[in-house]
Amino acid sequence: MATGTTRRRIGLRAAGIAALLLASALAAVALQPIHAPTHEQLFEIPKGTWARRMAGARVEILPAELHLTLGVRDVLVLHNLDDVPQQFGPILLMPGQTFRMPFTMAASYQFACTAHLSGQMSIVVEPNPATPWARLAWRVSNYLRTGRWS
Amino acid sequence: MPRLLSCCLALMCGAALAFSAHAAPNDDAALVAGVFTPPRVAPDFSLRGSDGGTLQLKHYRGKVVLLAFGYSSCREVCPVTLATLAHARHKLGAAGADVQVVYITVDPERDDVARMHQFLALFDPTFIGGSGTPADLAAVRKQYGITVTRHDTIDGYVLSHSSFVYLIDRRGMLRALMPFGHGVDDFAHDMGVLLKEKG
Repeated sequence: MATGTTRRRIGLRAAGIAALLLASALAAVALQPIHAPTHEQLFEIPKGTWARRMAGARVEILPAELHLTLGVRDVLVLHNLDDVPQQFGPILLMPGQTFRMPFTMAASYQFACTAHLSGQMSIVVEPNPATPWARLAWRVSNYLRTGRWS
Repeated sequence: MPRLLSCCLALMCGAALAFSAHAAPNDDAALVAGVFTPPRVAPDFSLRGSDGGTLQLKHYRGKVVLLAFGYSSCREVCPVTLATLAHARHKLGAAGADVQVVYITVDPERDDVARMHQFLALFDPTFIGGSGTPADLAAVRKQYGITVTRHDTIDGYVLSHSSFVYLIDRRGMLRALMPFGHGVDDFAHDMGVLLKEKG
């Protein structure tokens, strides 16, 4: 009887320690500032995209929705490696040209875009995850979207 | 148990410190606006100017040109943009004389040059407006990637239009574009950067 009680106590204590460790790990993850080696999010239009489109291929170069986060990855870099101009809303990129734009406001920007088959592109700039919970939520959401842990 | 708690706290603090040490580097790009690399020559045009002459970009070589598109009946975006540009230019003091704001209408149906002149003078009498035939204006918009969508209302129509401001340097090169929402300080900063460059 005494042995059973002792085992339960040990089991409860072990579960408590495991829960505490898990909570600590989550808290540590949430507290950490988000590390980004660069603020730039690069998107390239490969050479030959236009030619392949003209040949009838359904080439989708960029995601229809680009996600940026203020303070983490908030600089959009578009590089046109194709042989023809490409247009992203007001950004007309000549062949070989790069456009680099830092975003400072969280918002959703809708662009007409020749690089997309749909002709539309959205850039969603999310607010800076300033609180621990926001950082944790951002990390999980970013992991689900990109498969990378930041 | 207290020892375990201490260990957990130490672990959290250590991790937080370690990540702080890898804080993202400061971005020290010279311009606040979005930058084109390499820059291309800003496409020129020939429109009717609100000063009574022909509006062409080449007339302003040697000056920094801020080019934007809008219309005088706009109630939300254009007044904010124009007031911001006027304030930023004023903030530059004497150097502001080398900045030319060019505002091209997206509404030729209502905006003739007289109306553009009257509208722009509310913000800064040096601002030049541009108008022309619908075909001429459409050609200019295409060169700059400007989109306009008409929405009919009970008493007429309103236009949704691209609200970016293009920054053209003294040599006539299209250097950057500033999205809507940036304030006076950002514009004054970028104008200052371009003004320091030689023509």
